[in-house]
Amino acid sequence: MGHHNYEDAIKGVYKGLFLLAVITLIEVFFSLAGKGYIGFLGFLEHASWAVYVVGFALIALSLYKAYFIVYEFMHMGSEVKGLRMTVLLPTLLLVWAVVAFFQEGGSWKTRRDVIKQRNEIQVKQAPQTGSLIKKLPTNDI
Amino acid sequence: MATDTSAVAHAHDTQGDESNWDGGAAPFKVSYGKLMMWYFLLSDAFTFAGFLIAYGAIRFSSPSWPVPDFVFRTAPFDNIGMGHETPLPLIFVTFMSFLLIISSVTMVRAVQEGHRENKNGVVFWMLLTVIGGAGFLGCQAWEWSNLIGAEHMTVTTNPFGTHVESGIYTAGDGHGINKGDTFDAGDSYLIHKGADGYNQVPYTTTAGETKHQEFGPKAFGALFFFITGFHGFHVFSGVAFLLIIMLNAASGLYVERKNGYEMVEKIGLYWHFVDLVWVFVFLVFYLL
Repeated sequence: MGHHNYEDAIKGVYKGLFLLAVITLIEVFFSLAGKGYIGFLGFLEHASWAVYVVGFALIALSLYKAYFIVYEFMHMGSEVKGLRMTVLLPTLLLVWAVVAFFQEGGSWKTRRDVIKQRNEIQVKQAPQTGSLIKKLPTNDI
Repeated sequence: MATDTSAVAHAHDTQGDESNWDGGAAPFKVSYGKLMMWYFLLSDAFTFAGFLIAYGAIRFSSPSWPVPDFVFRTAPFDNIGMGHETPLPLIFVTFMSFLLIISSVTMVRAVQEGHRENKNGVVFWMLLTVIGGAGFLGCQAWEWSNLIGAEHMTVTTNPFGTHVESGIYTAGDGHGINKGDTFDAGDSYLIHKGADGYNQVPYTTTAGETKHQEFGPKAFGALFFFITGFHGFHVFSGVAFLLIIMLNAASGLYVERKNGYEMVEKIGLYWHFVDLVWVFVFLVFYLL
């Protein structure tokens, strides 16, 4: 992956700048279009599928930007395989974290009423026995 | 105790040869410092991921969430001279992203000049990188002061709300909402703060109920300030280290090391990582 001569290397850097800038502009365009800001795409604001299409496109473009920064700017592409794997493979754990926690978040949303209801249930007070050490009822033993 | 002179001589041969980590061959064919920078960045990535995933989980759990293009619709100098009535959704934060991208590119140039042992080139491109980073921090300072001072968002109070039903306002707020204005479910609003506190404007729903504007999800302010603050602190430390290493480079310290300005390469890795994190902060806070 290494750049062989100086002029090519410089050209590569400015190509990278152009690429990242254009991708960022496309992302902003998609984001605003999905919210109905771009005139002729105004209908997207009310299209129920738009949020998924736009969201998927934004995530894919961001992941590509991340790949580009790590492989080109940080030269991960020219490191040996062992180094690449020890840094990149652990990040795959995050895939599960995203799936699990977003699932959990969605579950809180649907269970908000139940949680609120349960939070309001009064705890039954144990009868005061006059002693700090509570005797267990014999039938509990 | 008798000294094994040959062992001492051998130790001296390899001592100070940092590129080999004193073990004959460098693991992963990189210097110790560079590998540890990679592992530090990996651990830092997990910290940021933890924050961003928490943001996602809380956002998923909320019935409504402030829309970014409504919250982030302001820019300095009275919306760049267009007046505060003209919304500029995401424009300012796009400019901030460009600053970070450009400073990442100037950092790559500094590392390249380092490989050629070109001292002046390294210092010049690092200086531009520092200016880019400082510019980003300045923009963030404006963004925060606007959110805190003008829009009155705090860690525990989020004045950015979303209507869950349509209706008609029965009073104005003196900030663009007039009596008789109508709104639909999903429309965003900002509760302005006056001398008497937050002014939650009353309205009548289409079903005929009288209600007041509700505050938005409470966690929004805390998540925003903690996550962008944590990233901003990374930018700040990056600028500080860039300055130190730039001055070291200018003083000729790295010329003597003859290792292709490896210190510049290491701070470069850190600086690109800060840009990398911003890609995801930008995605979850501003784009989605």
